[in-house]
Amino acid sequence: MPARGLIRARVAEISPPLIRQQFPLMLSYDAIIIGAGHNGLVTACYLARAGLRVVVLEGNPYIGGATVSRELYPGFTYSNCSYVCSLFRPEIFRTLDLPRYGLQVIPYEGSVTMTRDGGYFASFVDHDANRREISRFSKRDAENYDRFSHEMSRQCRFIKKFLLTTPPDPTSFKWRDLKDLASLGAAFYDLGETQMYDTIRFYTMSCADLLDQYFESDVIKGVIAGSSIIGTALGPYSPGTAYVMLHHYMGEVDGTIGAWGYARGGMGSIATALANALQAHGGEVRVNAEVNDVIVKDGRVCGVALKDGEELHAATVASNLDVKRTFLNIMDERDLPAEFVRRVQRFKIRGSSGKLNIALDGMPSFPQIPENCPARRGDMHITDSMERIERAYDDWKSGTWSKDPYVDMLIPSQIDPTLAPPGQHMMSVFVQYAPPRLASGDWTDADRDAFGSTVVDAIGAYSPDFKDRIRHMEVRTPRELEAEIGLTEGNIFQGELTLDQLMFNRPVPGYAQYRSPVEGMYLCGSSTHPGGGVMGAPGANAAREILRDLGRKDGQL
Amino acid sequence: MNEPHYLQPLLPTPFHSRTQAACCTALWSGWAGYQSARCYTHVEFEYFAARNQATLFDLSPMIKYRIAGSDSLPYLNRLMTRDVGKLAVGRVAYTVWCNDVGKVLDDGTLFRLDDNEYLLCAQDRHLPWLQDSAIGFDLEVEDVSERFAALALQGPTSYAIVQRMGFDDLMSLRPFGWRRVKYRGAELIVSRTGFSGDLGYEIWSAPDQAESLWDDLMAAGADFGLMPMGSDALELLRIEAGYLLPNADFMPADHATRASRGRSPFELGLGWLVDFNKGHFVGRRALQAERAGSGRYTFVGLDIDGNKPAHESLIYHRRRELIGHVTSAMWSPTCKRNIAIAELQAGREAMLDDLWVEIYLKKELKWEKLMVRCRVVPRPFFDPPRRLATPPAAY
Ligand SMILES: Cc1cc2nc3c(=O)[nH]c(=O)nc-3n(C[C@H](O)[C@H](O)[C@H](O)COP(=O)(O)OP(=O)(O)OC[C@H]3O[C@@H](n4cnc5c(N)ncnc54)[C@H](O)[C@@H]3O)c2cc1C
Repeated sequence: MPARGLIRARVAEISPPLIRQQFPLMLSYDAIIIGAGHNGLVTACYLARAGLRVVVLEGNPYIGGATVSRELYPGFTYSNCSYVCSLFRPEIFRTLDLPRYGLQVIPYEGSVTMTRDGGYFASFVDHDANRREISRFSKRDAENYDRFSHEMSRQCRFIKKFLLTTPPDPTSFKWRDLKDLASLGAAFYDLGETQMYDTIRFYTMSCADLLDQYFESDVIKGVIAGSSIIGTALGPYSPGTAYVMLHHYMGEVDGTIGAWGYARGGMGSIATALANALQAHGGEVRVNAEVNDVIVKDGRVCGVALKDGEELHAATVASNLDVKRTFLNIMDERDLPAEFVRRVQRFKIRGSSGKLNIALDGMPSFPQIPENCPARRGDMHITDSMERIERAYDDWKSGTWSKDPYVDMLIPSQIDPTLAPPGQHMMSVFVQYAPPRLASGDWTDADRDAFGSTVVDAIGAYSPDFKDRIRHMEVRTPRELEAEIGLTEGNIFQGELTLDQLMFNRPVPGYAQYRSPVEGMYLCGSSTHPGGGVMGAPGANAAREILRDLGRKDGQL
Repeated sequence: MNEPHYLQPLLPTPFHSRTQAACCTALWSGWAGYQSARCYTHVEFEYFAARNQATLFDLSPMIKYRIAGSDSLPYLNRLMTRDVGKLAVGRVAYTVWCNDVGKVLDDGTLFRLDDNEYLLCAQDRHLPWLQDSAIGFDLEVEDVSERFAALALQGPTSYAIVQRMGFDDLMSLRPFGWRRVKYRGAELIVSRTGFSGDLGYEIWSAPDQAESLWDDLMAAGADFGLMPMGSDALELLRIEAGYLLPNADFMPADHATRASRGRSPFELGLGWLVDFNKGHFVGRRALQAERAGSGRYTFVGLDIDGNKPAHESLIYHRRRELIGHVTSAMWSPTCKRNIAIAELQAGREAMLDDLWVEIYLKKELKWEKLMVRCRVVPRPFFDPPRRLATPPAAY
């Protein structure tokens, strides 16, 4: 990977004694970003563009956080965590000119679900093909699908305006907050009377209640409901899951709302492109630089201390870590108001997902799906009703992984030639549900392997040659997600996406504007508005607030 | 075919049995008298296949002339604005040719097949012009369009596919070179050329080998994401590559009813194709005068704010003074920019920092007019290093 080389070169340039002599005790920057997740890198890019001296400190030997691609088996590139792209804000893509730094996002066509009766249900980009496919299950649902899509489009249009804005604080009565609240109100009013009611219900209702309004076929509902529980410790019948579904719809690829794509070279190429852009603007990334402490003096941040004792100083520090890790692990609670600490402790961040990354020596067969069905190149599923998803969630509640798991599996190497040797394939399997702790106690290696086997068996039931084709497999439970990338409890969104933790309540009321009780200390990761996913919006919004506090207009979005 | 020709004005190409079977959309258009698929499945996926994997495009309708005889070189040097003497056997040149007053008639690619033999591929038909210009030269010009079936194999994995086909010797083939390769007991010409601005090849075969060639390429490309691609996606590729298209970006001078519509190579930004260091060529005097400063127009690339393509938009300085128009526009999914090729009045360099395009936009049946800021940027908009890398990479 070219960027890795660049990063090393940069580190080598920066750390020799020459610079140490100028700053005998420590290096000094305008801003330090803790964590090279994609959001930390986005923040760093905007700050560097504005002329600040920026360094990003990453604990792992590689960058990207949950937006990472690594070769764990020769010739195969896994996207170890996130695997598909849609949410990444096009404005950021363009302002930072990421294509120039090697980023390319390639859309794929739809999804296909294998049903228990030996059939399949696929979705297509072509409207008529899609309608005829749904009508194989229900003529009524086929026509209602358009109404459902319009509803989702209206909700997307409404929310889109707020993704790259800082949530207004409804209690501050500052001019800026009042103005932003007014524009929120205006956009809401613009929805029209019926839609206003629907929108309020939308943010609190369950996915099942929403889908029951539109569809009668269990298969159709089961397929659509999948995106309402991804990364979420809730079932499709739990209130709040309708919003989670919207969260997965509101992205786009080249203006096609709801479309998903692959980042060429794996999701890690997003982080690589950001790091290259950062370096082009004079910023630095340091890997193997785990931050142990945020140094605060007189209520003001003044730098960080690394695990090996090295100190770096800056009057601005932004943390890409989730809200719990930031305030409870690397900060001293005594530097923070007690009520704030309590709220952070109560922040919901339950893990619910696992991931398998698999190297295959050939394309596994799926006899239920026609050979020429283009949806094979997109998401493949084996769950054909909401009921089954809810049962899978029941296992989570009992402190075990789902025995009939919901999987979102893709074989991106069918489209992306860079991921595996010709004719061989890389498979990514996202799994719902896996609890952060088991009823029997903490996860063990044996539990992890048993979890992996459960998933492989579930897929094997639909693909006779799948198991024989496996050459290597990486299995990740919430334990690995927490240990390797620092996602508390393995929650993929750095905190659950429920209304009590969205907008001006994310992460905690009163601190939704990327600031913290400590002056100069900011949050820029997915724990902040508008939340998780490879979106870049939290990072960009945080950069804007930081620049505003520094009195800089440049570098704004 | 015993039916009278007027019942089938558009002919099938030698690949028709294959292209028709692959085409799910019923979207076809006429191209130089042939049926040409606009889109096989979905424009977006075909476009991305060309930028990420590889695509196969039926190029057969392209007009082709063979020029052979001992005077071929002096003849072509008289006709073309470039110095054809610099074109070695085994190479291809992109070129334009003009009328007497220095206005472009067409552009095309010129293959030097042998010391005294050339192949000219063009968009338009030019037989009378080519033949009339040959008076006094010892050579022959013939239309050989139907003698070739041609495919463009373009995209990052195209080299991996020609390798899998067993076409040896292409590793050292540089851009704008061609080689003969053995194929099923016969010979093909493979050139490293194309209209996509990416790594790619064009493959020229005898029509009776067309179907097997298509099948073999599709089979060889199965592991490399090869897909058939129609002309709609090609249009997007060529704009990103910054290539001009006659009849879209400019009027070929002999088609224009209004004399003022003709454009010189300089006005099209193709001045690098004009070589005054060789002897006389058609249009030379006019072009020499123009170089001294009488050009009326200039072609530029634009980067436009927002994401609404500026199709056929007018361009203003300071939102007020009309100084040009967009000739081709698109949202570029690869560059993530709203790009356009545009013609501006010459001599307006001072105005380039305050340019605006007027975009008409229909939102749920309601028209809106946008005045959007734009900036002049270099073309090509997209120019990946793999286009020129020799030997080419696997993807
Ligand atoms: C299995 C999985 C699948 C997912 N699938 C998708 C998907 O397909 N599409 C999608 O859009 N989203 C997906 N997501 C969600 C998405 O990946 C995340 O929400 C997003 O990447 C989080 O980005 P971030 O920059 O906010 O934080 P993170 O990526 O969590 O970055 C935090 C960074 O901080 C570093 N760090 C932690 N502690 C320290 C320390 N003390 N010192 C220095 N550095 C430290 C970490 O190593 C990490 O690099 C998925 C997530 C997971 C886990």
